[in-house]
Amino acid sequence: MPEHDGRLDLSSGWGRALVFTYGVFAVAATGRSLVQLGTDADRAPLAYSLSLFAAVVYLVATTCLLIGGVTGWRVAGIAVCVELLGVLSVGALSYVATDLFPDKTVWSHFGQGYAFLPLVLPFAGLAWLRHTRVS
Amino acid sequence: MYGVILVLCAVAAVLLLVHLVRDAPAEDGIYLVLGSAEVALLVQLVWGSVALADTSREVSGTLFVSYLVGVLLALPIGAFWSLAERNRAGTAVLLLAVLTVAALEVRLDAIWSGAGA
Repeated sequence: MPEHDGRLDLSSGWGRALVFTYGVFAVAATGRSLVQLGTDADRAPLAYSLSLFAAVVYLVATTCLLIGGVTGWRVAGIAVCVELLGVLSVGALSYVATDLFPDKTVWSHFGQGYAFLPLVLPFAGLAWLRHTRVS
Repeated sequence: MYGVILVLCAVAAVLLLVHLVRDAPAEDGIYLVLGSAEVALLVQLVWGSVALADTSREVSGTLFVSYLVGVLLALPIGAFWSLAERNRAGTAVLLLAVLTVAALEVRLDAIWSGAGA
């Protein structure tokens, strides 16, 4: 368990790479959802709202990993689980109910537009949180 | 410009991958390549903005310029974030930053060709 000043540190070692990746996705998802909602929100309200939701989840995960500590670990755990459920359910829905998704979101088709990284990222996050857990 | 940046990214990515496998921190030579890429990105911002003003084609202007500016941020933030840990983890962060730039460049090219958000 990596510690820094007696505090659980989630952003060093592989965590450093993980935080950077989460940060990139936080910015990417936020930017995308703002552009989508700002330009034509009526075209695909569900897909665009999900984009915004994904953005918030990535932002929470990034912040908690940066802050660290036991609380940060817990909240990051919840965020990563929500992220995993999100990418799996939206990914599956976007194949089954195509009419609900006239435009793409970060999570549609299991993150195909992002080299399937959105599908891999929650597993990496869970592995890292498992690795850093306090008994 | 697009090609130059992608080549610089590819060179940096290969160097960083070698360092990552060898468990080594990034050295000055790599920062030189990253610096050149950043200069190329700055040139791209100017060039892209001028080209956008000149073109008569349908290009989503706000989106295009936000990508031009956004892609400038990846390398400095990545470098700053990696310097705190000059080991394998720092090298991994730089590699991720370079891959981010490459991905944004591909998107930028698509937006220039008329793709939306």
